[in-house]
Amino acid sequence: MSTRKKVLWWVGGAIIVVYALFPIAWIISISLKAPSDIANGQFTPTNVSWDNYETILTGSASDLFLPALRNSFGICLIATAISCLLAMFAAYAIARLDFPGKRLILSTALAVAIFPVISIVTPLFNVWRQIGLYDTWPGLILPYLSLTLPISIWTMSAFFREIPWEMEQAAQVDGATTWQAFRKVIVPLAAPGVFTTAIIAFFIAWNDFVYGIVLTSTEAARPVPAALGLFSGASQFEDPTGAIAAAAVLVTIPVVVLVLLFQRRIVAGLTNGAVKG
Amino acid sequence: MTQTTLPPTKKTAPVSAPKGTVSDRSRSERRLGWMLAGPAFFVMLAVTAYPILQAVYESLFSYRLTDPDNRAFTGLNNYWVILTDSLWWQSIWVTVLITVVTVTVELVLGFGLAMVMAKALRSIRPVVRAAILIPYAVITVVSAFAWQFAFDINTGFVNSWFTWLPGVSADTDWFGDWGTSILVICLAEIWKTTPFISLLLLAGLAQVPEVLQEAAQVDGATWWQRLWRVTIPNMKAAIMVALLFRTLDAFRVFDSIFIMTNGANGTESVSFLAYRQTIARLEIGLGSAVSVLLFITVVLIAMAFIKGFKVDLSSARGE
Repeated sequence: MSTRKKVLWWVGGAIIVVYALFPIAWIISISLKAPSDIANGQFTPTNVSWDNYETILTGSASDLFLPALRNSFGICLIATAISCLLAMFAAYAIARLDFPGKRLILSTALAVAIFPVISIVTPLFNVWRQIGLYDTWPGLILPYLSLTLPISIWTMSAFFREIPWEMEQAAQVDGATTWQAFRKVIVPLAAPGVFTTAIIAFFIAWNDFVYGIVLTSTEAARPVPAALGLFSGASQFEDPTGAIAAAAVLVTIPVVVLVLLFQRRIVAGLTNGAVKG
Repeated sequence: MTQTTLPPTKKTAPVSAPKGTVSDRSRSERRLGWMLAGPAFFVMLAVTAYPILQAVYESLFSYRLTDPDNRAFTGLNNYWVILTDSLWWQSIWVTVLITVVTVTVELVLGFGLAMVMAKALRSIRPVVRAAILIPYAVITVVSAFAWQFAFDINTGFVNSWFTWLPGVSADTDWFGDWGTSILVICLAEIWKTTPFISLLLLAGLAQVPEVLQEAAQVDGATWWQRLWRVTIPNMKAAIMVALLFRTLDAFRVFDSIFIMTNGANGTESVSFLAYRQTIARLEIGLGSAVSVLLFITVVLIAMAFIKGFKVDLSSARGE
């Protein structure tokens, strides 16, 4: 490849990186601005100030942000775990067994995935209030399954289809017990698929906003996106911009770390699940 | 679960298997299949079919939470009220506009990104891929805030950076009127969701046979001709699937609007209208009717795609 072409590729790559990171850089930049800098019309702060992080971690907004962070982690992890467990059995059946209804299950997953969330949430608002699930963890975990379960089934059955299941028998022929064959052969082959599915499902749950604002009212269950959306400062005289930016940065970091660590797997999971399914 | 409604899938029995055991085996396999997949299937139905049925039921009542004693059955009256109200049509127009603009731009941009990811030098490929994934993984609310703060008249830098553009000055209030609000909402949506569409297209690109590309090249086709005559026709299924997914996703736009304008200046989408009726005004009946209408619209769009454009989801899944 000629040098000119190489340079072009590097320029193209650089444009993409700038495109992807620019808004992130911007929100980091605001989060480091002092209140006097917020309205200075500049991209960068004149002085780096950690005040906004103090506000949300130890200061006046910490009792809004920290419980929301705990709720988000807890609710999303539980919803992800449940949907991965259910999807694991379903995907195993879809990949390995031949039974009528396979297509029905995959089409249902697809239909649920494109379902407008708002159509689910308005009736739930009323029902949850009547049966006491409003503003509780289970009250969010259950509807979150409508977000995480379909994608888990799709992604995982795509992964499971590629597992060379004959190796299980091969191991048994070589003298392994059923359990050994499963644990030493199948589990290591299936684990990456399950893990990738879990990351993607977690992203989707972590991103939810609609369920979060409709089905919660206090810090008992309100997740981070909803808390951010409704955050209006500790007092009406305080501009919440800096604090929101700092909180936004903190909830974006775990996601960015996951992406950087597992980018190859996530791409494989998304493309397999959505197109090859 | 009934399995009888579906035509039995063709089974290729192992040649060595004795004939008599096949039906027993398939019956037990069928039972095992449903035992394993049944719970997931049931949960999916429970968390979607049940709420939508509940919404259909509630949409038939005039019911306001602040006035529960006057709950009365009014039949289809709520639907009539909504469909004759300009608010509904305004929100449909906003939703359709945002959907068409974002999906069109994303398709072109996403295709470009997919080409770069497919063809880029080995050394920069991981960097590009990681960068692309970041907008996908960032919370929509965070992305909406970033874009809002950038354009906001007080906190933003856009006004001071782009004063050289006609119509932009230090006191351009982007969220002050309809057109510019929609523009910024679209920009935020495009930034956030282009990566997803580009990943779907990347998978489609991988399915285009390399032989065809080489043959076309040998025959003297230009890059542009190869793109239109070879690449795109061969990944039509992937393009259609990406379009379908993104269109339906764009049609539920809510988070960005909530954060950026809160529905001001006529920027309310259908989802936002349903939210406002139910949660802010506590009009359970009207809100449910909007939800049902949104659901029906989404189903119609999906059907139009599948029937009209002949999107075959199973072919796209490589079956």
